[in-house]
Parts: sequence; C-alpha cells; structure tokens
Amino acid sequence: MNTRFSPLLLVMAGLVVAVVPLPVPPIAPQARTFRIYAEQYAYSPSQVHVNPGDTVTIQLVSADVVHGLYVDGYDVSIEADPGQSSTLTFIADKPGSLRFRCNVTCGAMHPFMIGRLIVGTNSWLYRSIGLAFLAIVGVLLLSSQGNRNKVYEPNRTYP
Amino acid sequence: MNRIELTRNRFIKGACKSRYPQLSVFIVMLAGYIFAIFAGLLGTPVGSHNFSIVFVWIAWWAILILLAVPFFGRGWCAVCPIPLPGEWLQRGAILTPPDERPRWLNLRVPKIFRNIWLQNISFLLLVLFSSVLLTTPNITGIVLAVMLFAAIGLSMIFERRAFCRYLCPVGGFIGLYSQTAPIELRIKDKQVCVKCEGKPCYNGSSAGYGCPWDVFPGGLSRNTYCGLCMECIRTCPHDNIAINLRPFSADLVKPSTRMDEAFKAFIMLGSAMIYAGILLGPWGMLKDAAYRVGSSAWFIYAMIFLAIIFVVLPGFFILGNLNTRSVLPLKHRFASLSTALIPLGLMFWVAFSLSFVLTNASYILAALSDPLGLGWNLFGTANVTWQPLLTAMLAPAQTLALVGGLIWSACTAQKAANEVEVSSIPVIVYCFIATSIMLWLLL
Repeated sequence: MNTRFSPLLLVMAGLVVAVVPLPVPPIAPQARTFRIYAEQYAYSPSQVHVNPGDTVTIQLVSADVVHGLYVDGYDVSIEADPGQSSTLTFIADKPGSLRFRCNVTCGAMHPFMIGRLIVGTNSWLYRSIGLAFLAIVGVLLLSSQGNRNKVYEPNRTYP
Repeated sequence: MNRIELTRNRFIKGACKSRYPQLSVFIVMLAGYIFAIFAGLLGTPVGSHNFSIVFVWIAWWAILILLAVPFFGRGWCAVCPIPLPGEWLQRGAILTPPDERPRWLNLRVPKIFRNIWLQNISFLLLVLFSSVLLTTPNITGIVLAVMLFAAIGLSMIFERRAFCRYLCPVGGFIGLYSQTAPIELRIKDKQVCVKCEGKPCYNGSSAGYGCPWDVFPGGLSRNTYCGLCMECIRTCPHDNIAINLRPFSADLVKPSTRMDEAFKAFIMLGSAMIYAGILLGPWGMLKDAAYRVGSSAWFIYAMIFLAIIFVVLPGFFILGNLNTRSVLPLKHRFASLSTALIPLGLMFWVAFSLSFVLTNASYILAALSDPLGLGWNLFGTANVTWQPLLTAMLAPAQTLALVGGLIWSACTAQKAANEVEVSSIPVIVYCFIATSIMLWLLL
C-alpha cells in the first residue's frame, strides 16, 4: 500500500465501519408488554430486547420502596409505590442499547440501579469493536511502513 | 515537537514563584474539604442530596479524571488541601522561610516503604469498599477525615510529605497517569545543577522549603513523583527550573521497570473494568454483593476482584509475552511492557466517568443550594430535578475515548517493545481484548 494514501484509506475504512447501515431483515413492529419488578437495587428482568418500531409497554412493579424507571434517550419515566404497579408506553424508535434507571431516590445504591433496553441489534457496540480492530491494524500497518521507509545510513551510529 | 517553556511568561513565572496565589487556592480547597467532612457526618444520609457525595464523587472526580489528570498531570496535587495542616505543623509556619530547627520527629521513611505499594493497597481498600463509600455520606466524611489526620500524623513522624508520596490512594494513580500529561516540571540545564552548591531545591534555603516530595529536581525525568508544588522554582538560586508544555505521554518513551508501578497499571485498568460492570451494568446480584460489606457475598466479590487484578489480568499479560525472545528477564519485560496499559487505563477511566458523571451531574446544582439536605435553597437551585445530560453524545464519546486510548496504548506498546527488544503484538492484542470487553460493558 502506498504510504501516503494509507492514513486516508484507514480513515475511509473507519467511516465505513462507523456509519454505513447494516443489513437488517425487516420485522413488522408489534406491541410488546413487559412486567418489570423493581427491588433495591435491581430490575427483573434487567435486560429487555425489542425490535425497532415496537410499541413497548412497561408495567413497573415495586417490591419494597418507591422506585422509578427512566429510559435514557427517550426521556420518559414512571414511578411505582411499594406493592403497586405503574404503566408506561412508548414507541421504541431509537435503535441501540440504552439504559433505564431508577429516577426516585430509593436508597444508598440508587444511582446505580440500572437496566438495559436493547432496541434491535446493539450495532454501535459492533461498530466500536470494528473501529478498535481497524485502529490496531492501522497502527501496525503504519509503523511497519515507517520501519520500511527508514533509510540505512552507513556512517550513522545506530543504538 | 519540542518543549515550550511556560515559565518564560512573566505572569506564569510570577504566579509560580509567589506563595500567595497557591495559598489562596489552598485555603478555598481546605475550607471545601472540611465542609465536605462535616456535610458527610452531619448532613442528610441521602447521598444524592449531600455535598460530600455530590461534590467529592461527582464534581471533584469529574474535574480530576476528565480534565486535571489528562491535561495537567499532578496539577491536582499542586492545590490538594489534604497535606496542608500537617505540613504547616511540621514546618511550624505557613508562609515564612524555614528555620534550621527540625520540628517533630522528622524521620526518613524506611526504605521498605519507599515505593507505591502502600498506595496500591490504600487504593484497593477504597475500591473494595467503594459501593458504600460512593453512596453513604457519613462513610465519605469519615474517610476524608481519616485521610486528613493520617497526613497530619505522618507529617509529625516523617520528613516532607510522606502521606502524599507513599500513602495517598489518589496520589498513586495521579502519579502514574501524570506521565501522559502534556505538562512537566524539569530543569533547564543539568550542568547548572551539578555545580550548584547546597542543592537548595532539595535541602531548602531561606527562599523556601526543600522538595516536599523528596525528589531532587536535577534528576527528574518523569512526572510520577513530582507534585508540582513549585517549591523548587522558589528555591532555585539559578532560575534553572521550568514548567514546560510538551507532547502527550512524553514520559512513556522510556518505560519504567518498577513492579509497584506495573501493578498500579493493572490495578487501575482492572478497577475501571470491574466498576463499569458492577456500577453501570444491569446485574443486581453484583451490586448487592459489592454493597453488603462484611457479608459472605461481599467476601466472594472481594476475592474475585483481587483475583482479576492480581492474577487474571497480569496472568494473561505474561502468557502473551512468554514466547517472546529476549535476553532480558521476564520481570523486566513485564514491568516495561505494562507501560502500554497506562494510556489505556486512563482512557478506560475517562469513558467510565463520562457515563457516571453525565448521568449524575444535575445533582450538583441542587446540592449547591442545599448542601446538607436540610431544605435550604441558597441559590434557588435546590429543586432542580434530576436529568441525565448529553445522553445522545455519551456512546460516541465513550467509543472515541476507548478507541483513542487503544491507539495511544498500541503506539506506547511499540516504543516499550523496542526498548526491551521484543514484539509489541501480544501487548497490542491484549489491549484490544481489554478494550473490547470495556466497550461491551459500557455500550
């Protein structure tokens, strides 16, 4: 590979990995309901998978104290009193892995009461790993080219 | 890129030489620190509404790991209030030049402790109890007070800043990561130091104190143990000490061969990964085990934590480098090559902290108006509701930090591998696997 064009090609490959849409089989949106139990300091189930476009209904049931459920990125939330349930409905139109978390102070570990909502595939994770792989390939490639381009100078003292 | 001497600027030079700018920052920091102790002990037990938790573990941590360490290295140590009361007592003065009479015991720290193993242990102790420490105001208050009194106690027994140099749990990792920072304190001309009589930068003079960090500036080649306290700039009679702007990670070109520093790199890398899993992950059972200090689940958690840091991570690192041909002993290669983990670890902490800080930053405004959680509304912001910030930017920013850290580490690995004359590929593959795991935990 030409040394001058290597960085450019690597950047272009990086852009391809980062932004080119992945082939996703079309799945018809459907209505999905999840009953999520909240108890200090965890949700059960703690991970929820839906397809893009699904109408998601979450029934939050609190087992001990008042808990909340806030979905990052969607900016929607509900609260549930102890032993009671609350319902939240939204359309999952933002693909990727998002966190949902308790938004009512429920005890010491409240800031870390977190669950995951995965809409479709977590393509950003795969893209990021792809970028990481490309990055180390790039470092190795550029350094090997750098070594090859070093001109041997007979009068120079090498360490 | 060569160095740019910042102290050529008269304003910067004056600010470094005069004690008053630093003292004014010190006083504000010390007041804040003491207030954090009282807030922790006397304020509301609700962590997210208590000054001690919100300002120490969200605001200070954000400034430290996202700004101070990456860009200013030990810049935080230059204004840290923890050693001040002990140092003032040790010197018997706040601003006046030192007298000849040594105060208190003024002993030299025993040689066995002149490394960062104690800092590694103190950091691990904080980390193992961190689920309680980060969320319980009175525990934070007690730990802050213990650190203050430990610094005072050590100043009464040992010379200089023994606490900062050998025990501070934060100072250890700041020192490690300060090697990556684009700022350094160095001498200008080595010959001037060789000929200098009395070495006032180390021994002190009427112009100021001998290096509180027990470092001879004339021999400084890395940032690790220089606390940027500026004493040597004040005491050098030849104006031979400068603050320089330099390329990032300039200190990592010559890798360290010290095992305490090598293990510090593993401790920091492993802790960031475990924190990401436990604190930001969806696994309630792990959070429960980390929080219930003293329970059997916590002991299992602690054992697994230590095993990951001292066995699993270094074990795979050594396995990757066993087959490399080198005349150097494995211990030497292990320590040198672990230098590559320093930028990676720093960026792991940046990526972890972005998530933690952006989610909880909105607590800062509320705690500012009601620092003790007593219903005050000093600045009209007590009722600001919790709201995560910049959630759309978080994942790209974390990817940028982690992939950037991987590139940085791969370049560092190549330099370290050249030094010990082995292949860098096993270290780069190791860094790639660690980065992929961190990406999986965070994204």
